[in-house]
Amino acid sequence: MRLTQGTFSFLPDLTDEQISAQVQYCLDRAWAVSIEHTSDPHPRNTYWEMWGQPMFDLVDAVGFMESLAECREAHGDRYIRVLAFDASPGWESVRLSFLVNRPEHEPGFRLERREMSGRIIRYTTHSYATDRPVDERYGRTNGAEPEAHGS
Amino acid sequence: MGPETVGGGAGAADAADGAVDLRALYDASGAREILEQLDRELVGLVPVKRRIREISSLLLVERARREVGLSHEAPTLHMSFTGNPGTGKTTVAHRMADLLHRLGYIRRGQLVSVTRDDLVGQYIGHTAPKTKEILKKAMGGVLFIDEAYYLYRSENERDYGQESIEILLQVMENQREDLVVILAGYADRMDHFFSANPGFRSRIAHHIEFPDYRDEELISIARTMLERQNYRLSEAAEDALQEYVALRRAQPHFANARSIRNALDRARLRQANRLFQADAGPLNAAELSTLDEADIRASRVFSGGLGGAGREATAAAPADPEAPPDSEAPPDPGAGS
Ligand SMILES: Nc1ncnc2c1ncn2[C@@H]1O[C@H](COP(=O)(O)OP(=O)(O)O)[C@@H](O)[C@H]1O
Ligand SMILES: [Mg+2]
Repeated sequence: MRLTQGTFSFLPDLTDEQISAQVQYCLDRAWAVSIEHTSDPHPRNTYWEMWGQPMFDLVDAVGFMESLAECREAHGDRYIRVLAFDASPGWESVRLSFLVNRPEHEPGFRLERREMSGRIIRYTTHSYATDRPVDERYGRTNGAEPEAHGS
Repeated sequence: MGPETVGGGAGAADAADGAVDLRALYDASGAREILEQLDRELVGLVPVKRRIREISSLLLVERARREVGLSHEAPTLHMSFTGNPGTGKTTVAHRMADLLHRLGYIRRGQLVSVTRDDLVGQYIGHTAPKTKEILKKAMGGVLFIDEAYYLYRSENERDYGQESIEILLQVMENQREDLVVILAGYADRMDHFFSANPGFRSRIAHHIEFPDYRDEELISIARTMLERQNYRLSEAAEDALQEYVALRRAQPHFANARSIRNALDRARLRQANRLFQADAGPLNAAELSTLDEADIRASRVFSGGLGGAGREATAAAPADPEAPPDSEAPPDPGAGS
């Protein structure tokens, strides 16, 4: 199941050239960009792991693309996203957030029904991937090495 | 100047016959404004300005050659600026960034100015991330490394500077279209640095030397600086400044135009103090903007500066004759009225 989170997620995956252009758009507006990754794509999991510090004072997207390449090298089997923060209102607010990497195989979510007293049902989404330890979540079940994502 | 042929109004490249109009290319780039501004705002520096014009012609021709398919590789544009402090290296580097941007050799045109401390860390594993961080910020623009020779410490072969040097060399070679590096510093130390680091020497395409300013040039720089702030020198003050320049040059920590800037800052302070103390009724614009002889002559430079036993060179005074002496504290605004 293809994960749709953040801006552009209903479009085909962005190419590196398109990612770079979007990041340049952010930099031109003096937004600080940062990279985050996770193996738990639950929609309510807002706190992904940071890849380095937010990149303040960056002028050109080349520096960002180098960081992204490093992150993909280390975590190519995970979801990776870009966040762009705008500090001009006096606090850091997210202006733009979009996925720049996804696992090759995305197991998706199942809906769980929990039956409560009085015929009440509670619903919850459960990510299949999180049934397994962090490092094994997106590996192939046949035992092959998880493939690094490249786009 | 650039090409001297008077170009027509046509576009830079004429697709029909593959011809390129250099003049149109030059006009469209906006490089002219930068070069004219350089001439107008920077006194002297004749050899520097000449070299910059040569480089811009070269880059313009290179661009034309690219347009007609004669060249494909990004030229090496890394430079070294050598000269004593206050000779305009940092100022010119900013203009150079702007120029390279307009001529299309860097994408953004920012200048990131650093020294060893910004690039080199304090412990193992600290240096590479620091250097890379700076490089990311400089991408698309110019990285200006002031006193670059501090990166290399010959007495310690395990100095962390070496790691930074290796990263820089790699980027200077492989990412020529992403960034231009300018190394700056004293000429003799730079020579030594280059002979110990041939990798740097071979990657630097343009060596530009910044000569010390002559006395007249420093006076003229003083005039430009004051003009910009709507101040002027009285005739006697200008004579005093001539003497000041000659004396100051022989004293320690002389830093060319920067010493002049500092001298003028203190002269303005003394002028304000003088006007305030005199308390002579309403002042007109001329009085408010004129620096007088006394405002210059009160400087310690006239009483021997560093070594002298002048009136202001007390034992407690700092060694630098440009440091503001205590006796010249700003007036207390409540005292006179
Ligand atoms: N040729 C010049 N004309 C006018 N001002 C100058 C000139 N050269 C230097 N200055 C001024 O002197 C000061 C020091 O110059 P800077 O570029 O910082 O020197 P450096 O980097 O060589 O130490 C600056 O305020 C600069 O504006
Ligand atoms: Mg400088």
